[in-house]
Amino acid sequence: MNLQVFLVLAAALFAAGLYGALSQQSIVMIMMGLELMINAVLVGAVAFWYYAWPQQADGQFLVLLAMVVMAIEMAMGFAATIAIFRARDVDMTDLAADLKG
Amino acid sequence: MWEVIAFWVLAVLAVASGIAVFRVDSMARATFLLLASFLFVAGEMLVLELHYLGALTVLMMTAEMAIMAVFMIMFMMNPAGLEPMEMVHNKRGALVISVAVFVALTAAALVVPWPERAAPHPSDATHQLGEAIMRDKMLVMMVVGVGLFATMVAATLLATARGRYGEHAAPSRPEPSPHAHAHHHHAGGDR
Repeated sequence: MNLQVFLVLAAALFAAGLYGALSQQSIVMIMMGLELMINAVLVGAVAFWYYAWPQQADGQFLVLLAMVVMAIEMAMGFAATIAIFRARDVDMTDLAADLKG
Repeated sequence: MWEVIAFWVLAVLAVASGIAVFRVDSMARATFLLLASFLFVAGEMLVLELHYLGALTVLMMTAEMAIMAVFMIMFMMNPAGLEPMEMVHNKRGALVISVAVFVALTAAALVVPWPERAAPHPSDATHQLGEAIMRDKMLVMMVVGVGLFATMVAATLLATARGRYGEHAAPSRPEPSPHAHAHHHHAGGDR
């Protein structure tokens, strides 16, 4: 095993999450796509730590940071979902297209 | 040898459950498939001898997906997958873009001459991470703390019933009175 196979795994997870984030209509499902993309970041970070730069903890630290990002993304995403649902009964992106150019 | 087997089994399972998230009928099932994908990635961390981060991923993601399941039940239109649902737009475009991104990233992963590791592994990876947090990365951790606090305040403010303009602002869902009707313009008029 080497760095390359881990990066290919990360690319596959990222692409699956990207498909979900682009194609889903429900805001909650879009957030699941984003989480899957951050999951790919976790794989890439640990692989870089193990195979390229183990003498510093940067790769491991990036995993902690990605988890914080995930928590913030989920909290703010659900808060925005609740806000727009209270205001307009909307939980689909196609119904919140006011800013569409 | 067992690492190679474990890597490939976990990798295939992680990607398969990640793809299945967007193919199942029920959002509850999708949540638990996403959790499965995270758990398989945690297994990959254990293969790389990162015991602390692996355990942390398992704990964090189990808790996060449990919360997510609650919100799923609140918002989903088809709780138990009793009838097939297809809630996608621009499926073909999304598929083309994500396959192109996968091919590009894979090509980059295989073609780029990545650096070889110069130094041996630390005897205790968790110890190394703890030292980094308390020393070099202390500033980042403090910024993260402020960011999490700001998230708590902002999320609570957004989610409360009175909204961000306070109690005296116009109700966001006005009562159906003639006065409100005349002045309130619904932006989402196509519903």
